[in-house]
Amino acid sequence: MRETESATLKVEVWRGAADGRFQAFAVPRRTHQTVLDVVTEIQREQDSTLSYRFACRVGMCGSCAMVVNDRPRWACRTRVSDVVGDGSLLRLEPLRNFTVVKDLAVEMTQFFDKWKEARGSFEPGPAPEQDFAVVAPATPERQAANAGIECIGCGVCYSACDVVAWDPHYLGPAALNRAWTLVNDVRDRGQDARLQAISGGCGCQACHTHMNCTQFCPKQIAPTYSIAGLKRAVMKRTLRGRP
Amino acid sequence: MSARLFALQRLTAFVLAVAVAIHLATILYAVQGGLTAGEILARTHGNLAFLAFYLVFVSAVAIHAPIGLRNVVREWTPWHGRSLDVVVLLFALLLFVLGFRAIFAVFTS
Repeated sequence: MRETESATLKVEVWRGAADGRFQAFAVPRRTHQTVLDVVTEIQREQDSTLSYRFACRVGMCGSCAMVVNDRPRWACRTRVSDVVGDGSLLRLEPLRNFTVVKDLAVEMTQFFDKWKEARGSFEPGPAPEQDFAVVAPATPERQAANAGIECIGCGVCYSACDVVAWDPHYLGPAALNRAWTLVNDVRDRGQDARLQAISGGCGCQACHTHMNCTQFCPKQIAPTYSIAGLKRAVMKRTLRGRP
Repeated sequence: MSARLFALQRLTAFVLAVAVAIHLATILYAVQGGLTAGEILARTHGNLAFLAFYLVFVSAVAIHAPIGLRNVVREWTPWHGRSLDVVVLLFALLLFVLGFRAIFAVFTS
């Protein structure tokens, strides 16, 4: 903690579900304190009924994603000093564009259902190859897949996406990014069905390229570019006369 | 938006990018010398290049604009169904009719 920082942090935490309200807490500021530390301290020392999610605490699982001072972030990888500066107000909300279960915990079923809708799983085809596929690391397809493959499904991009806010049926950046990694998987045999699945009214063409997903992705993935790649792939498919 | 509508809108956008530039540049050039409406009509009368250019231009507009309008309505209002598609199609027909009527009026006058 720097000397200029106040010793106490004011924290406003969302309580309840969609019709909830903010509840104020005061938490001592500590050196290198993260937002997850703050939430944990509130739950353990002040109000044991506070609900939130976390697992790994080190930025591997993505389960602690929440809106911190109006921006979607991982609580475990966000230092309090980085978001409040010398001020003293920390405002914590559940991720946007999700149904709130309680407090900071959200329902993620719809988010992952959209991965299925976007055909976000590997399709080996009716007769999978018997031998290992050779995929050279330098090929454009492998490079494109690499760029998006590290997504861990935390929901930060989905929370930041304006198009999801307008249209809850829009597949969203994470599902489309996953589809793009598979479009670039040369072993996959489900490309036609996948491109059809991601090009409906709620598919990649609905993206407005606001780039909020790319701005906020804690893994520095750029789903906007993945979606642009899908638009190109669908365009080529359409020009070949496929429905 | 369906893949076909998306493709149509993007392809007509390519056409419009060029056509609008030519359209505006021609207007600016034509009025520089103080041409009257009669003198302009004398140049466009029976001009097949004029006819071909504006047939392409109007067709691109009549395809591009209704698709964009449909997207805006679908994003900003709850109106999504078949009735919207019909209204947008009628709007496209209106643009075609008004545009072609204007082209042939100038071409034949």
